[in-house]
Amino acid sequence: MNIHFGSIRYQYIGLLFFVIFLFLIGFFIKNDYYLNVFVLIGIQAIAVLGLSLLMGYAGQVSLGHAAFYGLGAYASGILTIHYGLNPYLAMFCGMAISALMALIVGLPALRLKGHYLAMATLGFGIIINICFKEMASLTGGPSGLVGIPMLKFLNFTFDTSISYFCLVWSIFIILMVLSLHLVNSPFGRAFRALGSHEAAAQAMGVNTHIAKLIVFIISAVYASLAGSLYAHFVTFISPASFGFICSIKMVTMVAIGGMGTLWGALLGTSILVSLPEFLTVFSDYDVLVYGLILIIVMIFMPEGIVQASIKIFRNFKYKETNG
Amino acid sequence: MGGGLLALINLRREKIALMGQILQFLFSGLTNGAVYAVIALGFTIIYNATDVINFAQGEFVMLGAMVMYTFVHFLSWPIPVAFFATIICVSVIGILVEFFTIRPAKNADIISLIIITIGVSIFLRGVAMMIWGKDPVAIPPFTGSTPIVFMGAAIDPQIIWVLVITLIAMIFTQWFFKYTIWGKAMRACAVNKKAAKLVGIKVERLVSLSFALSAGISAAAGAVIAPITFASYDMGTMLGLKGFCAAVLGGLGSGVGSILGGFILGILEAFGAGYISSSYKDAFAFLILLIVLFLKPQGLLGQGEVDKL
Repeated sequence: MNIHFGSIRYQYIGLLFFVIFLFLIGFFIKNDYYLNVFVLIGIQAIAVLGLSLLMGYAGQVSLGHAAFYGLGAYASGILTIHYGLNPYLAMFCGMAISALMALIVGLPALRLKGHYLAMATLGFGIIINICFKEMASLTGGPSGLVGIPMLKFLNFTFDTSISYFCLVWSIFIILMVLSLHLVNSPFGRAFRALGSHEAAAQAMGVNTHIAKLIVFIISAVYASLAGSLYAHFVTFISPASFGFICSIKMVTMVAIGGMGTLWGALLGTSILVSLPEFLTVFSDYDVLVYGLILIIVMIFMPEGIVQASIKIFRNFKYKETNG
Repeated sequence: MGGGLLALINLRREKIALMGQILQFLFSGLTNGAVYAVIALGFTIIYNATDVINFAQGEFVMLGAMVMYTFVHFLSWPIPVAFFATIICVSVIGILVEFFTIRPAKNADIISLIIITIGVSIFLRGVAMMIWGKDPVAIPPFTGSTPIVFMGAAIDPQIIWVLVITLIAMIFTQWFFKYTIWGKAMRACAVNKKAAKLVGIKVERLVSLSFALSAGISAAAGAVIAPITFASYDMGTMLGLKGFCAAVLGGLGSGVGSILGGFILGILEAFGAGYISSSYKDAFAFLILLIVLFLKPQGLLGQGEVDKL
């Protein structure tokens, strides 16, 4: 599962190319609509990056990650609208609340394995979503929360698509660098060991329960940050954006891109967020095609698109040198 | 003295009203519980045969309701004919789902299988939306709609149908697993697939059969509950997830456990909604799920394979 292509140096070269690619997008795309799609990809990618650490590296499934995404968004929304808190402070509060929630839920839940962990996280996600719907005095109920302020830095407001594009993707790059180092750190090796074989990791002296819990909390904080960024970007949130389907989409993004590669998380997110834009030709039936794509990718490339392409590329090279 | 008597009569009236209320909750709990139980049974059948948690289970229920609607409303078939035709139709869909999605992904890990069944669920929902549209549709009750008054509780006759048909579905599956050669082979398959293969059981055929059976009973539940709840393309998701809670509550993999889990869940939910808060009704099921998973993850009647490596 955990095939690593190249050392951290190669990852940095990859990252450099990616940054250049981002600059080109920011420079050449003048259409706000397309830029907004890229902003949404960036926001979602932050959350999926965290989930990829949890699922792809530590091997733990979470079908309730939208809860943390929602907690971040609602913390930002509620604290800024009802309590007039500074948006950045609200963002940190959201991350703290998510971390605490992840600790409370993770402590008992992460003792479970496989299907059982999937169900526990699923149940947690749905309960949180129902709370968003029913605590109407705070959250605005099913109709949502309107008028979340935009982010400001000194006198500069992030109110254009291009400024938010820069903000979101800078945060993404920072988190990507952090995550790459985390994965290659001693702790990262510990939770990767846990992901490939839990008993073996325990035998090597890894405290697997604590390792799982820490990765779970990290992934919750990433999701919460993404949620806050989302709330300040669209300035309107409603429970429907953070439901079961959202959790499922996040898991799918990790799996389609490929487990065990952070680039896979980015690729999966880019594909699944932009897919509906391409599917508008199918208008109402886009969900149908979406389901079909999900099935086909998982059947024919269960290891994800990134690993599958590497395999195809290697086979091709092998044939070329021997053919 | 007269005042005392009046108070006594009032107290008695209140008592009767309370009884009626409790009965009303109990019946609504039993009705939902029966449906959850059958869906949980459907989960269990597929889980035992393939180790797959089928997230498209709720969609079989939805298809049951929608196909029933088509037969009754557009083709004006009599209800018994439509009912059995629905079960057969959805069973065939179950077999097709297995053949085209689960079978090709034989060596996939748990997460991939979960995502595949989720893909199936999204796909089926999309197809249903395409065929029947987004608006909920009404299906006529099987036998009239005059409520039966029973000890101060008004009971929709359809509730009796739900209880009877789900009970038949449960007894049928238990009979099937205990007394038919196919059922016995399926149980062998659940215990140890390799050993089952070694004694000459054709596992692939059994897997198809398990999908047919599971889809069939779920469709029956959908068809019989639809006159009470309306039918729509997205009715399956919540029902499927609740059935899933029931299966875990009873112990994943245990048939009797999932029936028990379904009824307990339905009744707890009804009383929770009635006495604590109706807006958090859906949350109760999942709260129970979490409590069970944290305290006794093998469920009420499960085999305790949680720490399986």
